Amino acid sequence: MTDQVFKSIIEKYPDKDIRFLENSSPSGQHSLLVPPEIAVDVAYFLRDCLGFDYCSNVTGVDWINGVKKGIWKSDSNEEIDGGKSGFLEVVYHLYSVQKKVGPLILRVRTKTREDRPELPSLTPVWKSAEFQEREVFDLFGIWFGGHPDMRRLLMWEEFEGHPMRKDYIPPDDYEYEPTPHGQILERIKTKAGKTE
Amino acid sequence: MNVTLEGETVVALKPVFGYLHRNHEKLAEGMSYLGSMPYTDRLDYICPLTNNWAYALAVEKLAGIEVPERAEYLRVILAELTRIQNHAAFLGFVLGDMGAWGTALMYAFRERERILDFFEELTGARMMVNFMRFGGCRWDTPAGWLEEVRKFVKGVPNFLDEMEKLLVENEILLARLVGVAPLSGKRAIEGGLSGPPLRASGVDYDIRKVDAYGIYSRFRFRIPRGEYGDCYDRFMIRIHEARESVEILKQALDEIPEGPVLNPKIKQRGFRPPPGEVYARLEAPKGELGFHIISDGTDRPYRYRVRPPSLINLTLLEEMCIGAKIADVMVILGSIDIVLGEVDR
Repeated sequence: MTDQVFKSIIEKYPDKDIRFLENSSPSGQHSLLVPPEIAVDVAYFLRDCLGFDYCSNVTGVDWINGVKKGIWKSDSNEEIDGGKSGFLEVVYHLYSVQKKVGPLILRVRTKTREDRPELPSLTPVWKSAEFQEREVFDLFGIWFGGHPDMRRLLMWEEFEGHPMRKDYIPPDDYEYEPTPHGQILERIKTKAGKTE
Repeated sequence: MNVTLEGETVVALKPVFGYLHRNHEKLAEGMSYLGSMPYTDRLDYICPLTNNWAYALAVEKLAGIEVPERAEYLRVILAELTRIQNHAAFLGFVLGDMGAWGTALMYAFRERERILDFFEELTGARMMVNFMRFGGCRWDTPAGWLEEVRKFVKGVPNFLDEMEKLLVENEILLARLVGVAPLSGKRAIEGGLSGPPLRASGVDYDIRKVDAYGIYSRFRFRIPRGEYGDCYDRFMIRIHEARESVEILKQALDEIPEGPVLNPKIKQRGFRPPPGEVYARLEAPKGELGFHIISDGTDRPYRYRVRPPSLINLTLLEEMCIGAKIADVMVILGSIDIVLGEVDR
């Protein structure tokens, strides 16, 4: 079922660079890599013409040094195998409630990881992506253009950085408050601090 | 929640998340595959066994692991017991939210506590069970455990009858629930609702039937559905669902075979699945619980994602609450049935 869907999408956009990624694990869940400029079009086509009305899961992936080897059998796509510059990726898992098929996996990739990369939001197509795209923005730092309410979801507004990125360094202590502990230790070292 | 009111009517509502956020996903990417198993207990801490199962299911799909027959039956029994105790707790909590504090919750928790006793006897812990492993369960049932469960399951319909009688004939409860925040099936699908709230809106979609994961295709059970999608439907569907769980439990307890409960070929510690990607989901008591794992062939997942039903079921909360009275907001929120350990992760 999903193979036919992949075929019909690739046929619909003959001049676009849509790639079929074949999963090499026993799960056999293959996915479709779509360029960002036609992602919304493809989404509407999937929802309205092919019946994928349920967007179950939206998530981000940080490929800091390019895609790891061996995950997809994609021999024709050389930059997928460990390209030098990394990028971010959003993955959509779609299902059809009426036809009871799925998952259909849609992937969209940014060009870079720096300067807040932007991707089109699919929330206008599937409302269920709303909170999840906010979460992806919060944790990965991908800005979704066209999202109705693009804010952080889990972290607070003043928070800096995006924790799920692979190069994020967590601070030692979020709630550091100076205590007299250190001062006392310092004083003990001196003569005045010694009791004897 | 930031709620804007006009008189007593809600005009805007924005949920605020993150107060229980500990970045479960980041923690899981920094530890071994088995190391995340006890942490999944803490997602939806009301029903840890289905969380364990969902994670084990994802890893089993990723690595193509066989599960022994007895373990499959044991998983179904545990999952359905979890569903009953979750729905019992739900009934108590929602009645508590409506002001019937005490009595209903005590009735519900009496049943729930019995099920937790079974979990304790089997796993050693009431809630933080850490019981599933890749390719089975941790150990077999203690002597006489299945007999005790069988006896208990016979009594569950009495409890449900009692609760239903308390509910259906209670005028105050009907006034608070009937017609409050109705949701159409189409909108529920668009909003990504899953589990009981989706089926209460009349959508016939249960992952136990659709995906038939584990051995659910062997059991006869029905999928209860609501008609109007209001709070009353969302409320009653839990009782009907618990009744179907009893049916599944009876069949599973009769058919459970002897044999091993853990695939001996799997090396649990230092487990390394082949490179690849998987998304596996199951019908948790609160909705569709999914795990998305990308493996790069090392002993740690490259990407580990939990699809939390509680968070995504809240997508339509604002729509459902706008136009309702402020006193109804608690009931609407309660009828969705969330657990904050899972919302924030």
